[in-house]
Amino acid sequence: MLTKSAAKAFFLGGTALCSIAFVLLTMDTLKQMPDRSNQDQMSESVVRGHHIWNQNNCMGCHTIMGEGAYYAPELTKVMERRSHEWIAEFLKDPERMYPGRRKMTKYAMFDPEEVGAEVAAGNVADVVAFFTWVGEIDLNGFPAEPDMSFGANASTTSLIDTTADTSLATAPEYFKTICMSCHSVGLQGGNVGPALDGVADRYEPDYLSKWVSDPQSIKPDTTMPNFGLKGEQLEEILTFLATLTEKE
Amino acid sequence: MYAKSQKIAWAFFASCLGLFALQLVYGFILGFDRMGLDGLHDWIPFNTARATHTNLLVVWMLAGFMGSAYYIIPRESERELWSIKLAWIQWASLLLVGVVAVIGYHFNYWEGRKFLEIPRPLDYLVVVNVLAFLLNILMTIWTGRTKSTTAMVLFFGLLMAALLYLPGMYTFDNIVHDSYFRWWVVHLWVEGVWELIMGAILSFLLIKLTGIDREVIEKWLYIIVGFTFLSGILGTGHHYYYTGAPGYWLMVGGIFSALEPLAFLGMAMYAIVMARRGGRNHPNKVALQWTIGCAVMSFVGAGFLGFAHTLPSVNMWTHGTLVTAMHGHMAFWGAYAMLILAMITYAMPEMTGRKLFKGWMPEWAFWLTNIGMVAMTGAFAVMGIAQVYMERKAGMDFLEVQESLEVHALGLVCAAALFTVGVIFFIKNFIAYGMPQDDVSESSEG
Repeated sequence: MLTKSAAKAFFLGGTALCSIAFVLLTMDTLKQMPDRSNQDQMSESVVRGHHIWNQNNCMGCHTIMGEGAYYAPELTKVMERRSHEWIAEFLKDPERMYPGRRKMTKYAMFDPEEVGAEVAAGNVADVVAFFTWVGEIDLNGFPAEPDMSFGANASTTSLIDTTADTSLATAPEYFKTICMSCHSVGLQGGNVGPALDGVADRYEPDYLSKWVSDPQSIKPDTTMPNFGLKGEQLEEILTFLATLTEKE
Repeated sequence: MYAKSQKIAWAFFASCLGLFALQLVYGFILGFDRMGLDGLHDWIPFNTARATHTNLLVVWMLAGFMGSAYYIIPRESERELWSIKLAWIQWASLLLVGVVAVIGYHFNYWEGRKFLEIPRPLDYLVVVNVLAFLLNILMTIWTGRTKSTTAMVLFFGLLMAALLYLPGMYTFDNIVHDSYFRWWVVHLWVEGVWELIMGAILSFLLIKLTGIDREVIEKWLYIIVGFTFLSGILGTGHHYYYTGAPGYWLMVGGIFSALEPLAFLGMAMYAIVMARRGGRNHPNKVALQWTIGCAVMSFVGAGFLGFAHTLPSVNMWTHGTLVTAMHGHMAFWGAYAMLILAMITYAMPEMTGRKLFKGWMPEWAFWLTNIGMVAMTGAFAVMGIAQVYMERKAGMDFLEVQESLEVHALGLVCAAALFTVGVIFFIKNFIAYGMPQDDVSESSEG
């Protein structure tokens, strides 16, 4: 029968062996880490972005590399879904982008009105640099591409190449990066909101102007965000919308 | 009661239960958030509530381990605690650090690294605090009349827990590097050295409650903690699959973490067999119930449910989903919460001389908390599995999936309410015991 001293030897021996193996593997991991994470591309901006990520406990809601709190989207590959401009617009006031839905804290550091355009743009650029860098880390295939077809097209938004299509040639940058993450034109863009082909045939210019600048004034429960568009930017978008007619 | 200084344990147990109650409050905030009822968002956003919820857990568990050690070590060493004064200072400073940290989380004062949110300056206080605690325990063992295996394993576990806190104090610019060492703390705590603490406390309870020969219990203690480390150390690899570490961790982590349930199974069988073999009919039946319950539920929560998503091919889909919350809740409840509640249930009649372990209240505290936790785990499982299939496998939009899970969050909150009623009974029972007494005679056990 096993004696107590043999049991003790098993405990100490096993622990020692496993600890040694663990330390050796750790040493090898650390050696491979700079290469696997493209550490040479880890710019100061990336580090500042990481700092913003930590300082505000972003992983207290989001996940990154699958680590976090599952309350907000996984962000490892966020740059494959969202553009720099979209992120800037979203962070300015997250609730405006998703009215009535799950909330994200509005951080003053991303709002030009709070900290000035330059500082806000800098902070957004740092966060974007961080996400871009994280997206390139070798994560052994994580996150896997969805492999079931069921519902695969349910309101997913993807970043599309808007430069190729000539019908979009006159589209303002804002329209391509922000509006088209939900709306489509010529089968390009998102499918959260309705397609905008022929929108100028369906609505009067005044109505469109009111809708774009303050959607809730027409339909209080709409999920279309109020981006606070005004002046030249609003005009640009309305001018472009007026070109969207269905002429065969 | 053997040593008068053991009664310091009461202060730790009382704080423990207070922090536990507060943890539940924050749990409800999180649950309501998930139901879509996030009216507190402007004051307590999800990340604040989440950091508070998990950190309160860590602090109350540390308080529970320390209280248990202050109770067990003088008894095992057959002497008074080395310094009662130091123990009181240490108790007060632990509470202070915990409370300051938690308040800080409400004002964006933290390090946003899951489970290790305590900011650096407070980290140093934690270190000083734990050193004071370890010194006290070590000196008590050192100058004690006997040096039992149980006491040594407990001390070794506590010492390693303190040492392993250190890698988490460094932050690295590279998130891969940062994540790698963050798991040295989190994983090697809960699936490593905390299990040593658990094994030692279980042994102490089994020796006292079943009357089985110490030599037999302690021999098996070595075997079980041996298995724990054999599987747990390299099992850390299951956190390294998809966080930037090399591919061999998929194999190493997969194989060794698949062995982790064996350590927990061993622990459960050990507790059950020892309790059955024990000749002594200890009157504090509910303490034995918590003890066996701890061993069994830790196998189900930590062992079985951990195994459910530990294989790399499964984890590819479940990593970063609510499946983790399913495993996490029952694992912590079974392995550590129940252990501390077992210790409190055992120690209170010994310290106060009042035998309030009979009757419906302690019994219902046990059953309601456990039924509530099983139901909560079920709710998390439904949410997690649905999330995996809808979001990960079918590629549906994150928010849309989450909104469709709100109804299950209602189930979660209902289960949590049941659990909370059980905890309230436990705390009421604890309060009914009153303060520890100095002149309590030894109970029937030795």
